[in-house]
Amino acid sequence: MKAYFTHAVRDAIAESMRLDSTIFVFGEDIDKSVLGPTQGLVNEFSTTRIRNTPISEQAVLGAMIGSSQTGLRPIMDFMFSGFFYVAMDQIINQAAHTRYMSGGKVNIPIVIIGGVGPSGQAGSQHSESPHALLMGAAGIKVVAPSTPADAKGLMISAISDPNPVFFLMDVSLSGVSGEVPDGVYRVPIGVAEVKKTGSDVTVVCMTSTVAPALEAAELLSAEGISLEVIDVRTLSPLDTKTILKSVEKTGRLVIAEHGRRICGLAAEVSAFVVEQAWGSLKSPPVRLTWPDVPIPYSPNLELACLVDTKSIVRGVRESLVSEGSKIN
Amino acid sequence: MTNLLKNIDKGSAQEEHPQVRLYRMMSRIRAFETRAQKLWNHRTGPGPDGEVTEARHMPGFVHLSIGQEAIAVGVCTLLGEKDQIASTHRGHGHVIAKGGDVNRLMAELYGRVTGYCRGKGGSMHIYAPEIGVLGTNGIVAGGIPHAVGAALSSKLLGQDTVAVSFFGDGASNQGVFFEAMNFAALWSLPVIFVCENNFYTEWCNYERLNSGKAIVDRGMPFGIPSFQVDGTDILAVRDVTSEAIRRARAGRGPTLIEARVYLHCGHMEGEEVITGKYRSAEETTSWEVRDPIIQFGSRLITAGVCDQADLEQVRDEEKRRVEESLRFALESEPPGLEELTMHLFADEVNS
Repeated sequence: MKAYFTHAVRDAIAESMRLDSTIFVFGEDIDKSVLGPTQGLVNEFSTTRIRNTPISEQAVLGAMIGSSQTGLRPIMDFMFSGFFYVAMDQIINQAAHTRYMSGGKVNIPIVIIGGVGPSGQAGSQHSESPHALLMGAAGIKVVAPSTPADAKGLMISAISDPNPVFFLMDVSLSGVSGEVPDGVYRVPIGVAEVKKTGSDVTVVCMTSTVAPALEAAELLSAEGISLEVIDVRTLSPLDTKTILKSVEKTGRLVIAEHGRRICGLAAEVSAFVVEQAWGSLKSPPVRLTWPDVPIPYSPNLELACLVDTKSIVRGVRESLVSEGSKIN
Repeated sequence: MTNLLKNIDKGSAQEEHPQVRLYRMMSRIRAFETRAQKLWNHRTGPGPDGEVTEARHMPGFVHLSIGQEAIAVGVCTLLGEKDQIASTHRGHGHVIAKGGDVNRLMAELYGRVTGYCRGKGGSMHIYAPEIGVLGTNGIVAGGIPHAVGAALSSKLLGQDTVAVSFFGDGASNQGVFFEAMNFAALWSLPVIFVCENNFYTEWCNYERLNSGKAIVDRGMPFGIPSFQVDGTDILAVRDVTSEAIRRARAGRGPTLIEARVYLHCGHMEGEEVITGKYRSAEETTSWEVRDPIIQFGSRLITAGVCDQADLEQVRDEEKRRVEESLRFALESEPPGLEELTMHLFADEVNS
């Protein structure tokens, strides 16, 4: 069945809720659901389980944490991920660290949804992509699907996961539709997907850089350049094995990130590949990211931040021509 | 020795007079905290009692609750095992009053594997779901919404449990406190906000930091029944808490209690080198005569519940219990290095 990305997320929540009466969803205006992941669910589950909350991110997330310690499986929809920052204490000091600090006694099984990336001139605060910060938090999982089918399967996995899981929805994918299997199925957390096999350059991508990477592969194949495209799908814990295996084969690495540059996905992937597959590398890793700026408002500047097909093609060429430069 | 006390040595606490039991719990906390104080302050040399304390070096730093025992005990002894509490950086007393095991608590302070969190949490991060402790918390006000969440579970799962959030006057200035009150009042959640106002936010008198007349007034805008109580008077604390619990269990929502109290120790041990003296002798003395344990002991004697010797015996027993906890802690192992990367995730992914 074909479904839009956000509807696939919604269906995953609905199907999970039908099976487990301890699942409740909380958030600002989620009965209406601006970004769509809970749209219409109130009709089936009523305001008892689809609960609009005050705009009090700290208290609401804190309450989710307390409730997850006492029998609920709460899902909290933050709407835009820029709003995570309001609740940073609860996210990192509390949700992420509790299990470790408790010596493994206390689980915090919560799912936190947030829209990431620009949605079309919303300005910086509604266009954030805070995955890098979350990846370094220790104790939370972060998933970021690129297709409706993965979105549904990863959401079902997130809901049944005993840990805090951040479900990052790239808002630019909301209107993307794709084939989605019926019923309950899981896409495993922590497992990347090789979207296309190839032999010359490994392109590691995420969310809305996956489709451009596949497009770049198509374009470059006309020139006889073969890309291996890996959709990470989960940002924490990263599937390092799949990436290393690919780079060991291709010897070249381009990372296309939907987020800023410093200490991001591209930085992390570059680092562990250099550490662990140095001998296989024929050229330095190429990082394609947003520049280290807040997302600007003006449409031309906003667009200029993003990694698109063109920049991936350029990145691949750079990787191919810079043979040997790593030893200089 | 009265009959009321004859079985306490055998640990049959049920047969102890309920009020003596309260005295015992307060004495246990006092014994624990004063022992921890001594251990901490003499952790790198011979102590005043002649012990060689090098081996007893207590790691980290501790925030003790000497003087605040009547609130922890007054509130927690009214709660059932399944009722939940969320505590603070000053939380040893709350854990003990909720039924905590002093051995495991002391072991946690010493970072030992037999501690409540295998030595990985420490003084400010004690998690004990087995006795309804959601956690003590190193972030001021960080635990307040957790109690609200436990109350939410209670309501949504149709249980009759209540949750208590302990916090200090410092936390009363955190935004999440107001958010949590609004949230709890909005959905009539069975939670009790207990502010232990000891008049000092760290080392600064709270009147220099809090606007308005009193912390108790801060519940009113949310329509939350709010009460100020003498936090050195355990029976007064119990009266107001009983009423709050009754209201919560009846589905009538949250209560705010401001319990005014005073610390007979500092904000944290070892503070003098940073802070010098920041409270006047008059102030300290005026509160010392209101010591909650001495006050309550006198009342028990006056009421004929027991005599001085009985109370002394209770205190001695609790001191011995704490001494035993120290032995237990010191004989326990620290966590092995293999635990460094364990416990991050429930399914131990990548760890």
